[in-house]
Amino acid sequence: MHQESNLKKVLDSGKFAVTCELGPPKGTDLDVVKEKASLIKGYVDAVNVTDNQTAIVRLSSIATSHILHDLGIDPIMQMVCRDRNRIAMQSDLFGAYSLGIKNLLCLSGDHQTFGNHPESKNVFDIDSIQQLSMINKMKNEKKAYCGEEIEGDFDMFLGGASNPFGDPYEFRVIRLAKKINAGAKFIQTQCIYDMDKFEDFMKMVRDMGLHKKTYILAGVLPLKSFGMAKYMKNNVAGVQIPDELLNRMKTAKAAGKGMSAKEGIKICVEQIKRLRNIEGVHGVHVMAIEWEKKVPQIVEEAGLLPRPEL
Amino acid sequence: MIVVKRKPIKEILEFVKNSKNILIAGCGTCAAVCLEGGEKEAAEIKGLLNLHFKNEDKNISALCDSAVRLCDPEFVKDIKLKCNVLPDVIISLGCGAGVQMVSDIFESVPVFPGINTTFLGTNDELGVFSEKCQGCGECILDKTGGICPVSRCSKSLLNGPCGGSSDGKCEVDDTIDCAWQLIFDRLKTMNMLDKMQEIIPVKDWRTSRDGGVRAMVKEEAVIDKNEE
Ligand code: SF4
Ligand code: SF4
Repeated sequence: MHQESNLKKVLDSGKFAVTCELGPPKGTDLDVVKEKASLIKGYVDAVNVTDNQTAIVRLSSIATSHILHDLGIDPIMQMVCRDRNRIAMQSDLFGAYSLGIKNLLCLSGDHQTFGNHPESKNVFDIDSIQQLSMINKMKNEKKAYCGEEIEGDFDMFLGGASNPFGDPYEFRVIRLAKKINAGAKFIQTQCIYDMDKFEDFMKMVRDMGLHKKTYILAGVLPLKSFGMAKYMKNNVAGVQIPDELLNRMKTAKAAGKGMSAKEGIKICVEQIKRLRNIEGVHGVHVMAIEWEKKVPQIVEEAGLLPRPEL
Repeated sequence: MIVVKRKPIKEILEFVKNSKNILIAGCGTCAAVCLEGGEKEAAEIKGLLNLHFKNEDKNISALCDSAVRLCDPEFVKDIKLKCNVLPDVIISLGCGAGVQMVSDIFESVPVFPGINTTFLGTNDELGVFSEKCQGCGECILDKTGGICPVSRCSKSLLNGPCGGSSDGKCEVDDTIDCAWQLIFDRLKTMNMLDKMQEIIPVKDWRTSRDGGVRAMVKEEAVIDKNEE
């Protein structure tokens, strides 16, 4: 008997969900995975496992997700369109399901020129919206994309990403609607710093009734330092950080060692509290990348403990 | 048009250094429009080779007139007829197709590419070219406001911009316009923004290179020729 996704259970129960992210090691050191897992276990409902994020070669998301599953953590396996055609995707999905993985996040994937093999060819046989509809069809009709019966069971709790701050801004909510129509049952957003703009986005989401058709998990990413804040603002496409937050991080930097990290966490906790009160936000996705140890503190200070056991 | 770019002269020198009779074959069409492989450039390369090999006993000639298309056998056969002796090596300044046609006609003579074939594009202004098509074999420009996402989106996405689109630029490089921003703007101008809501289904890539090597036979044209 295949257990249901914990994430789905929490969301279906109406509770405010918490997810975080785990980056697999650049190799086979499973201790890295186990250590990170032990830090976050019990503090979140499910954990995203990145798929060669920023096109840097890492332990596969499928293997890492399987390890987390064995450790009693509900993994959200990420799958990008950059590295697999429809054949490899479906095959890996059968593999993932067989290994007990129940959540899938469909993504386009960062372009390979960002990573450590910029000379490589990409695939992009299908895009992330087509990927959602393909997999949605697989789970609903129990048929592979070509129409042939799937031997055995297949299911996935399907999710997509949304960047409310990408351009063109007017299209972002339409894109979200497309993903929902294609089969996304949950959505995780890009990290949010500009709360006013996100509130505006959520208003458009509610006006279209989209918050009733999918679960939206708002992304937050705790800032470690003023330098990181500046870097993200200037170099990461689709991330907008208001000056007020930059100034807070700058002041914290001047206050001495360790103060920046403290302020970053404080901001993150404030954000989560505000996000919780926005109608249509069903959870929060804490992207403490290479800072997994801070997840328990953030979740606790945001008043999100204990996590439901369903 | 097919946009091409000349190979560095060093590479060309390397191709020909051990040969005595060298023929440089220019192409009068795309390569000439690109100002990379036409009559003028063929003469220029000839000049550079002459200068470089001035103390060596080499016989360097350049052939090209503006009507020549190196991708057409009739033109290339004509070039072969004009050679009193077969060259030891040919540098073709046509696109990749041209190089191969020259090789097919000359058979025993090594033919080397003098240019790199880059993309199918437009000549936006003098000396400025940009990629516009990837020859996918099943055109979807009707759905995308006349702007091609297959060739102009860095990820060939068919259903709108990825999260990396920022200020009209692509996440890959801020010198690249985001194709989906362009499509959005164009559809808006055309009052057809509702097209952005449609889910464009998975593409059948068999008409592209992925279905194997492509060829086309235009029956009427073939029959006409046989009747002549
Ligand atoms: S859709 Fe295909 S045929 Fe049409 S412009 Fe793009 S690549 Fe060329
Ligand atoms: S930024 Fe635009 S052009 Fe670049 S990959 Fe994303 S959608 Fe395509």
